[in-house]
Amino acid sequence: MSEEKWRRVDGRAWNELRPIKIESGVLPNADGSAYIEMGRNKIIVAVYGPREMHPKHLAKPDMAVLRCRYHMSPFSTHPRRSPGPSRRDTEIGMVMRYALEPAIFLERFPRASIDVYAEVLQADGGTRCASITAAAVALVDAGIPMRDLVAACAAGKIEGHIILDLNDHEDKYGEADVPVAYMPRLNKVTLLQMDGVLSPDELRRCIELAIEGCQHIYELQREALKRKYEEVVEEVKGDE
Amino acid sequence: MSRLSIIPKLKRRKILDAIASGRRMDGRGLEEYREISVRRGVVEKAEGSAEARIGDTWVVAGVKIEIGEPFEDTPDEGILVCSADFAPVASPTFEPGPPDEASIELARVVDRGIRSSDALGLKDLCLIPGRKVYVVYIDLCILNHAGNLLDAASLAAVAALMEAKKPIYEVRDGKVYPTGEVEPLKLRRLPIAVSMAKIGDVIVLDPTFDEEEVMDTRITVTVDEEGNVCAVQKSGPQGLSVEEIWKAIEIAVNKAPKLREKLEAAL
Repeated sequence: MSEEKWRRVDGRAWNELRPIKIESGVLPNADGSAYIEMGRNKIIVAVYGPREMHPKHLAKPDMAVLRCRYHMSPFSTHPRRSPGPSRRDTEIGMVMRYALEPAIFLERFPRASIDVYAEVLQADGGTRCASITAAAVALVDAGIPMRDLVAACAAGKIEGHIILDLNDHEDKYGEADVPVAYMPRLNKVTLLQMDGVLSPDELRRCIELAIEGCQHIYELQREALKRKYEEVVEEVKGDE
Repeated sequence: MSRLSIIPKLKRRKILDAIASGRRMDGRGLEEYREISVRRGVVEKAEGSAEARIGDTWVVAGVKIEIGEPFEDTPDEGILVCSADFAPVASPTFEPGPPDEASIELARVVDRGIRSSDALGLKDLCLIPGRKVYVVYIDLCILNHAGNLLDAASLAAVAALMEAKKPIYEVRDGKVYPTGEVEPLKLRRLPIAVSMAKIGDVIVLDPTFDEEEVMDTRITVTVDEEGNVCAVQKSGPQGLSVEEIWKAIEIAVNKAPKLREKLEAAL
């Protein structure tokens, strides 16, 4: 079977992302927010801060502390999941923080905290990557100074084929999953995980493919941010 | 953390200077492990146990095997549960309390290497599909934290599994009865975790506690005996270039066989 003819469960080509929709500034109460749909994933991210750190002893004298909470709503998966934080949620919150931290000028806000809350409303594989992508947009929406955006997507392997952006089925039944987050301007990988089995060469190809995916997602993030400000301009013009 | 943050900054200078000369603070080369030792059978009441030491880092792993119900989505597979306790005996930085994110990550990355390589053959650990399966618990107890807990924990976990024996059950009329006999778990793979720290522009193997305190990021690559990668975890507040990632994969694939020898030679 040639690479061109082979099609995935959802009909995509091996190097094709799922349809992605990103909106910024969706939550009135948050300082910054974003909503992302990546295939059937639906995730909303809120950013609060920079604000005073509570509890105070966790504050750093020379920089802000970034805190990330990743949470899946009980109805986001089948079967229902318990609403409390799982060990998986804790680990994902941590790797999200590591993925976003290098992009933020934390040193501009000593003693403050910046809190990122990702709420997964529907999960269909690749939620940590979609959460990071949305969180980067939400951080910009909050007006936090950034070195770069962070875009994220996974690559992996199923039935011997290297593929981009695994859905839930491909994640479960595939041979490997490699989530990657990437800062396109600074050319740095900020999230890298893998489970499954890959030869070193396949792993390299997965990372390269995921980075290509991230570059595409980066454009969508920029468009989402621009669109928001175009809307503001329209509103102001309308008022005049 | 905040009051201590000035010390790592001073330390980082010294560590970077040492690395720049090609030798680390403890005299090691950049791609050199500390002394490694693995000993099996340290706790008789466990179904399998082992301790691993890397320099002054010391981890004990115990395996307990019980019978339980399978998960709904994997009715014909046994269950692997891996957890880690950062006991306050191991470091002035550890406090009693529920597992924090570092201990959760450690357990999950050790788990990922064993699970991805299917070292246990979870399908062989099913007694009655949908009803009774073996549950293999790996509990990691950190006794001394001198850096690179992950590689030591992974060595201890796999060594404990290598000598673990599971009770044999007889399946009769949809029920399981203990026979009183035991048999080895029979591992299919020996996954080896190899961790490196990026400090400045340099990748160093097997970071010490001080090096971890000042590192930009850590990357762990777990490798099976065929040289395939079965887990990766980047963990730390800075990014990596793709060249650094390629280098880390290469170092891990080259170093893993030497660690596996230590496992196989362990008594």
